[in-house]
Amino acid sequence: MTTDRPTGFGFETRSVHAGASPDPTTGARNTPIFQTTSYVFNDVDHAASLFNLQTFGYIYSRLTNPTTAVLEERLAALEGGRGATCAASGHAAQILAFFPFMEPGDGFLSSRKLYGGSITQFNHTFKKFGWNVTFVDSDDPENFRKAMTPKVKAIFCESLANPGGVITDLEAVAKIAHEHKVPLIVDNTMASPYLCRPFEWGAALIVHSTTKFLSGHGTSMGGAVIDSGAFDWAQSPKFAGLTEPSPAYHGLRFHETFGDMAFTVHGHAIGLRDLGPTMAPMNAFLTLTGIETLALRMERHCANAQVVAEWLEKHPDVSWVSYAGLPSSPYHVLAKKYLPRGKGSVFTFGVKGGYEMGVKVVETVELFSHLANIGDTRSLIIHPASTTHRQLTDEQRTAAGAGPDVVRVSIGIETVDDIIADLDQALRSATRRNA
Amino acid sequence: MNHDRYDDAYLRSILDQAKTIAMVGASTSWNRPSYFAFKYLKGKGYRMIGVNPGAAGEALLGETVYASLKDIPVPVDMVDIFRKSEAAGAITDEAIAIGATIVWMQIGVRDDDAAARAEAAGLKVVMNRCPKIEYGRLHGELGWGGFNSGIISSRRRRI
Ligand SMILES: Cc1ncc(COP(=O)(O)O)c(C=O)c1O
Repeated sequence: MTTDRPTGFGFETRSVHAGASPDPTTGARNTPIFQTTSYVFNDVDHAASLFNLQTFGYIYSRLTNPTTAVLEERLAALEGGRGATCAASGHAAQILAFFPFMEPGDGFLSSRKLYGGSITQFNHTFKKFGWNVTFVDSDDPENFRKAMTPKVKAIFCESLANPGGVITDLEAVAKIAHEHKVPLIVDNTMASPYLCRPFEWGAALIVHSTTKFLSGHGTSMGGAVIDSGAFDWAQSPKFAGLTEPSPAYHGLRFHETFGDMAFTVHGHAIGLRDLGPTMAPMNAFLTLTGIETLALRMERHCANAQVVAEWLEKHPDVSWVSYAGLPSSPYHVLAKKYLPRGKGSVFTFGVKGGYEMGVKVVETVELFSHLANIGDTRSLIIHPASTTHRQLTDEQRTAAGAGPDVVRVSIGIETVDDIIADLDQALRSATRRNA
Repeated sequence: MNHDRYDDAYLRSILDQAKTIAMVGASTSWNRPSYFAFKYLKGKGYRMIGVNPGAAGEALLGETVYASLKDIPVPVDMVDIFRKSEAAGAITDEAIAIGATIVWMQIGVRDDDAAARAEAAGLKVVMNRCPKIEYGRLHGELGWGGFNSGIISSRRRRI
């Protein structure tokens, strides 16, 4: 069945069904976990066709796996993309996103308002590959234009940035990327496709840490890079990895042969084949199960976060709250445009009393879990200055939005009164002990 | 008819109706896109015949390659045009002349005037699509590579 509506099936329908028809062999209704490394060839000619990429099919699970393929199709369907390549983690997906076209000595621009782990990955590990990042302040999209050089091959940003409720003006940044004929890569982890669909604003590629809201239950590491299919890799000689003969495939030209499917074919046939960060089928299965309820969970995550943020803003022990759903947020206007259905559930607030108070709050919570993750059904809390950002100087911490008084929360789907009661008791007893 | 978007039922009926496909611009080099599509469709049971003046008389996966559509000695159902758009008009007219019932132009190939002539002569037309990709998409194979098929079905596919 396909729908006659030009936009296709609704988001919730795609979340439950896309990619997952009953298993043709057994009739199994849920997606089987294909816990296998390899797949039998019909004959030598079939094997040759598969190795030459002349036919669809499975060879070896480092490249493709039937369970993971269902997740890939589902993610592509939810983002409105052409195809997807899953990876072992969000960070692995970020490598796969750049790998097809970056060469040693090439550069890319990135918003400096990013998940700290991504800043480190770009700043240190990517430099070992000769991929040079230039960070710019994304609050003024023109900064991307100013930083553009002939060596720049892509622009990277987060739609809703971790941790501080920062929103990127995707349409403005995409316009600059288009003018310079480079792809805009958007990390859509914090928003999830339920809240924001970056392809509709002109992004070329989307990356996800599926570890977070997509899998949604804190069970499974995973990542994905999704291709819009809309970026013309042949429009500039910069993307030779996709347009020129590939020595790893006997001179095959990916873009000429696979058209708008080239990026995703390359992602599996070269990216996963040669770098090897494959998602485990079990993780793909758990992530698929999580995605079935993505819309319901995001609604509740956002509704709870809004109530908690409003409550915190009035709390006597709290000095500020950075949540795009609050009129006090400088990102409130952008949030209305890009996140009409909810402003996410991860945000930061400042405790009066600085470092000491921050530490006490995270040590006093009973319902919140003190850990380094986001996007779980459970409410999560962390004091970045004493944990994730501990290695930095005071100055660097403040610049990264991880000053001494900053507490980051990821609001879960528990009863909102219980979430508030736990924060209240933690703030009150921390103040008492501090006094 | 609208050639910006095709119903799945339309594409499915075409792929069911065609038995013999002549591919104009088929290459005998294994790493050319046309060879990929040729080999895949042959594997799905279509009788595939190559048309390519540069390779006329050679064998392509067991079938003789012809210099032009008119030289093919057997009836052809579908003409698959693996040439640039500028060449599509003349090939379409030949397809009409040899009694083909379908003209299919590959991704990137489109000639609306030629399509109108073919439709006026009673042929079905598909433009700017690849029959290999559409076959794979409609038969549940495209998703194996992580692609969005746009198809949702709670029915068990026959194998
Ligand atoms: C916005 C964002 N991007 C990427 C990542 C990295 O993902 P992973 O931990 O799955 O490698 C994270 C993880 O915290 C994240 O929050």
